Amino acid sequence: MTLSLPQIFPLGLDGLLVRFGQVFTEAANARALALHDALQDAPPAGFLESAPALAALHVRFDREVTPRPEFEAALHARLAQLAEAPTSAPNRIWHIPAAFGGDEGPQIADVAKRAGLSAEKLVAQFCETPLSVLALGFAPGQPYIGTLPENWHMPRLSELTREVPRGALTTAIRQVVLFSSPSPTGWRWFGRTAFRVFDLGADTPIALRPGDGLRFHAVSGSDLAALDGSAFGGARLEVRE
Amino acid sequence: MTLTLSIVSAGPSVTVQDMGRTGFLAAGLARGGAADRLALLEAAALLAQATPQAALEMAGFGGRFRFSAPTRIALTGAPMRATLEGAPLRWNASHLIPEGVTLEIGPAEAGIYGYLGVAGGIVTPPQLGARATQASAGIGHRLRAGDTLPVGDDPAPETPLLTLPEAHRFKGGTLRVIEGPQSGYFSADTRARFFATAFPAQAGNRQGLTLGCEAPFAIETGGSILSEPITAGDIQMTGAGVPAILLAECQTIGGYPRIGTVIPADLPLAAQTPQGATLRFRPVTLAEAEAACPSETRQLETLRAAVTPLRRTGFDTYALLGGQLIGGAIRGDEEEPWRAGST
Repeated sequence: MTLSLPQIFPLGLDGLLVRFGQVFTEAANARALALHDALQDAPPAGFLESAPALAALHVRFDREVTPRPEFEAALHARLAQLAEAPTSAPNRIWHIPAAFGGDEGPQIADVAKRAGLSAEKLVAQFCETPLSVLALGFAPGQPYIGTLPENWHMPRLSELTREVPRGALTTAIRQVVLFSSPSPTGWRWFGRTAFRVFDLGADTPIALRPGDGLRFHAVSGSDLAALDGSAFGGARLEVRE
Repeated sequence: MTLTLSIVSAGPSVTVQDMGRTGFLAAGLARGGAADRLALLEAAALLAQATPQAALEMAGFGGRFRFSAPTRIALTGAPMRATLEGAPLRWNASHLIPEGVTLEIGPAEAGIYGYLGVAGGIVTPPQLGARATQASAGIGHRLRAGDTLPVGDDPAPETPLLTLPEAHRFKGGTLRVIEGPQSGYFSADTRARFFATAFPAQAGNRQGLTLGCEAPFAIETGGSILSEPITAGDIQMTGAGVPAILLAECQTIGGYPRIGTVIPADLPLAAQTPQGATLRFRPVTLAEAEAACPSETRQLETLRAAVTPLRRTGFDTYALLGGQLIGGAIRGDEEEPWRAGST
């Protein structure tokens, strides 16, 4: 498959947006993450920071060090070196306990119906799908997670749910958001984890990184309650060399 | 003993702010920091700080404050009614506040965000690389009566009391705009109408400022677009096509279409625009924008060159005669009337 060339736009005077697609695709996301990683590994002169979104990368630079045309040229050079379809096997994988349905995910029946599965089969499918952090945003540390199988393609709710708790797992458009704090949402709430994706008191306040792998493991509501307040809510980080 | 700043009372949104944090965008955390960055640069020039230090940002209303030892302060940003034991203090100036005396800062007389800078800076423990409060994310909190903040040592106690010319960015005006990644989603007609419209500002906050409009500004394709990175200054069209200018504490990724980006030099004016004041937008090229936006280091150099001793204003004969170092003066009503924003 031939992918279109990424487009580069100004995003404020200290920034650029590298757009790999106008719609979300795993390939576009993988390319944004690959450029992000390449810039971290060997930052061009004037580079300040970069941040992946679903199908784009935000790059900030110091125009006093490198004027925009030169910085843009350096980015184009990096893009030329990137594989067209980067392999995206993550080397960090989080294993996260989660409870589903009932008080921990009251909208699971609606999700299951739309996905054409029983609630049990839905949970099984969710837990066996290798997922990853597509981007962090909306709130500090809060992941957009993807990508679920095609039967999870469902729209947002037309009316907001007034509040889902911290740790809530919600879904729309084959993606999942794991909420960092209590929040209103238009995504369907089907599960909960005790994992705090943003915890100022922790050694690593923001645990996840874009590109991290995620595997969810089903536990009962009472087992999850016992994990509330523990380090990473019982989640385990597996690092592959 | 450490110098402290005590909050005797505080308006509804008084927070510690510095120039924000770099390096957390990928984690979903925007730079944040002062809503009016120029005000922190002005405070740095008035206090002879090497770099801008954390200060109190006061939205709409100040409070009553006390220091545990004499300290130099600077009052910048939106002018507020400030008094020391009943004597009015000149805005956009530095003053010496004696120990134990209550500094009273009232409502904003124009603009939104006033700043109380302290010579040694507020030295609360940094969180995620900065002292900036981001209450929406649970980083720091809005200050309340009884809060006590540590203050650093005065880096230049011999510095005379100084003043800067009155600032003019508190009544709306014209904001210069560069194109962004999604400007092309809007038709030429829609863009022309946008740049020909005068918008009344609605109530804003540190995340953004919504503008009133009679007809919505929609993108050509209609419908929703993929969420993409956003930055302070972006003008997004929210749900119904109503413009909002994103400010210091905006999110890092957003799904509303954006017609362009207000240039950094005009963001202090945007943030300081009070409800009901009028804002207009003017398109500029990248080259024009870069020429209009010197780096903050250079802005600080320019401000350092613009400060003058407070006594040269002729207002503080009180201080000269009494040998006191409290510069008392009514804010400069004798100076030029409000200018209508940037050119």
